[in-house]
Amino acid sequence: MSKPSKIIARNLNFHYGEKQAIKNLNLEISANEIFALFGPANSGTTTFFRALTRLCDLDPHTKVEGQILLDGKDIRDADVSVTELRRKIGMVFEEPTALPMSIFDNIAYGLRLSGIKDKNLLKERVETALKLTVLWEEVKDRLDTPALRLSGGQQQRLCIARTLAMSPDIIVLDRPCAALDPISTLKIEESLQLLKNQFTIIIIPHSIQQAGRISDKAGFMLYGEMIETGPTRELFTNPKDQRTNDYITGRFG
Amino acid sequence: MQIRPTTTEKIAKFIIWTISILVVLLLFFIVTFILIKGIPTLTWEFLTQNPASSGREGGILSTIVSTLLVTMVAIIVATPFGVGTAFYLTEFTHESKATRIIRFSAESLAAIPSIVYGLFGFIFFVIFLKLGWSVLSGGLTMAVMILPTIIRTSEEAILSVPAQYREVSFSLGGSKWQTITTAVLPSAFPGIATGVILGIGRCVAETAAVILTAGSSIHMPNSFFDPARTMAVHFYIMAREGISMERAYGTAALLVIIIFFINLMANMIVNRFVAKSR
Amino acid sequence: MNIKKEKNLRRAFFFIALSTLSVLAIITLFIFFEGIPLINKVGVFKFLFGMKWAPSQGLYGIFPMIIGTLSVTLGAALIGVPVALCVSIFLTEFAPKQIRMFMRSTIQLLAGIPSVVYGFWGLTFIVPFIRDYLGGPGLSILAGSLILAIMILPTIISISEVSLLALPGLYKQGSLALGATHWQTIWRVLIPAAKSGIMAAIILGIGRAIGETMAVIMVLGNAVALPNSILDPARTLTTNIGIEMGYASGDHQQALFATGIVLLVMIMILNSAAQYIVRKK
Repeated sequence: MSKPSKIIARNLNFHYGEKQAIKNLNLEISANEIFALFGPANSGTTTFFRALTRLCDLDPHTKVEGQILLDGKDIRDADVSVTELRRKIGMVFEEPTALPMSIFDNIAYGLRLSGIKDKNLLKERVETALKLTVLWEEVKDRLDTPALRLSGGQQQRLCIARTLAMSPDIIVLDRPCAALDPISTLKIEESLQLLKNQFTIIIIPHSIQQAGRISDKAGFMLYGEMIETGPTRELFTNPKDQRTNDYITGRFG
Repeated sequence: MQIRPTTTEKIAKFIIWTISILVVLLLFFIVTFILIKGIPTLTWEFLTQNPASSGREGGILSTIVSTLLVTMVAIIVATPFGVGTAFYLTEFTHESKATRIIRFSAESLAAIPSIVYGLFGFIFFVIFLKLGWSVLSGGLTMAVMILPTIIRTSEEAILSVPAQYREVSFSLGGSKWQTITTAVLPSAFPGIATGVILGIGRCVAETAAVILTAGSSIHMPNSFFDPARTMAVHFYIMAREGISMERAYGTAALLVIIIFFINLMANMIVNRFVAKSR
Repeated sequence: MNIKKEKNLRRAFFFIALSTLSVLAIITLFIFFEGIPLINKVGVFKFLFGMKWAPSQGLYGIFPMIIGTLSVTLGAALIGVPVALCVSIFLTEFAPKQIRMFMRSTIQLLAGIPSVVYGFWGLTFIVPFIRDYLGGPGLSILAGSLILAIMILPTIISISEVSLLALPGLYKQGSLALGATHWQTIWRVLIPAAKSGIMAAIILGIGRAIGETMAVIMVLGNAVALPNSILDPARTLTTNIGIEMGYASGDHQQALFATGIVLLVMIMILNSAAQYIVRKK
């Protein structure tokens, strides 16, 4: 029996001013799997994340048409709270963005924003989040030091931990390993495998190899269009569309 | 005959080095001249006694207090408006006609000569609002005058906060207000503080605008509605009228020392912050 | 609920920003309101080009002061601009790091020192020097120009330094790679590239010179006559206000506000020019 779809995009169109960044996108993503959304630069993958988290609302030049359903509810309905939505969807950015405060305060940042003040609760959630990203052992003795002193890989895991601390439903990661070394990349990929039991994960991989390594399902986007989706193994071994095949085999991109 | 590039280079370098050194020497000369002449006068009595017989005797306590009060009024009024305007321009709106007009008026305010601020303060605060020559009139006039400084430095500070910080806050479900207070303000704070401190410096140093609005009463002000004489005004009157050169120099030296520490403080805040977050 | 809160927040900040705008409007309005009646009474032409300023006789001509302002400012620019440019080039291209930090803080201090202190220093050193070696009363356009030249240094140096520092490093590398000397690179590549910033710096410096009052009062002599040479005393628009505002009343006071209008207009033109140049880039 197939799992219910967590996220459904229907006829989604996205405009930045004159430019159309997403064209008539249809997509279904199920819970508790890793979905890789990949494609060359400017293919609309990052834009999809911005539409999903409604971070695009911050830019008045953007226009969204169509539907994105989260658990069957349109995220752009008037009665949906943007802040609630964003707490449900944790986003990790390409550049590790530790805030200029201590490691502890970084992880506790979102929790505090949501109004949690209880120190013990904060400590507990911070510890859990750090353990989930396998960062705990590395930083447990220096939670008070500035997070900017951590290495790039550690900072990125800190950012993942920061979103995990919010206990989101979904984690979206935008090329989280693009700026990292192979060892840090491996660590992050390992922790993502552990996390998928609890969360729905959508990742924009920085390489096709990464998409192949870690994802259960994948979708290939090109110039704002969804070319093809399917189980990763199938998509990679037996792509239905010539363009997917060309991209995977390295003919372009 | 053509001069060889390397020769031109040598000459140009020589001129630039010479002029730069001369400028530094000149600045040094101005500062040390004031300090050498003035520091001997800076005794405890001079700082803690009120002036007597229109400044010929006694100290400068009332002018120090007046300076503090005028500056205080100016900072308390100008900071929220200046920082608020900067936040509006950077966080609440996108480049539009309205922001261009607001920015243009801030730039224009910065260019207006202090004597014109004096005229305005006189006709508006002293006469129109019937506040008379007073600490309040002087402080409010100075508030208007330092507003553009605070706006500009705050705006720069806010703009230099990486956009990602805001996105992190928003992506974690932060509201606009939370984003501003927890993600933007802490990083922009040193810059904003520097702007405010520079504003304090301008209040302390200003003469023209203050003399027309706070007056030049040498007595200790008892309330914000009393006229007052700031240190810079006191120095001006003492030196121009030749009342007491010794005390004029003393006042000037104290002014220079205060400005020096104000600058030092501004630089320290910036450096300290940079060191702390790294 | 949430959206409404956000809207109110935006509205609050908008009103704060609006107050900045209204301050400029109020200043302009009040100064004009006070000054215009007198200009109407005297006549624009007679006010601007009248040679005689004698409030006790009801004569209000500010032409000598316009000339005074222009000549002192021109003098200050002629002396101050080249020096300031030398120093900003020195700071960005030649100075070792330690010296640069030291000079920056010195210049910052210079910018903060009260203008009356400069005026007084000028009165003590420059004025007697001119009197003894060049002739005349010493209190003169030359003295005023020298003091203003020093006072506008920080403005011009810091702004042009910023625009020189903002240039991409590739400009310099590219020029040097073509075999140009360091100086050729500065003169032919860096300065032209930073031109708009430097121009804006100069204009803002000139604006500061036009607007300065207290330092000039002390060294200019303040005579209300058309100066014949740079060794003659003169009076500027600002000093006219600064000196007479203390005791003026009635028409006389209005005439000083009218002087303020002229000053304000001059500054606004300069400031718009500076902003235009910066934006054009």
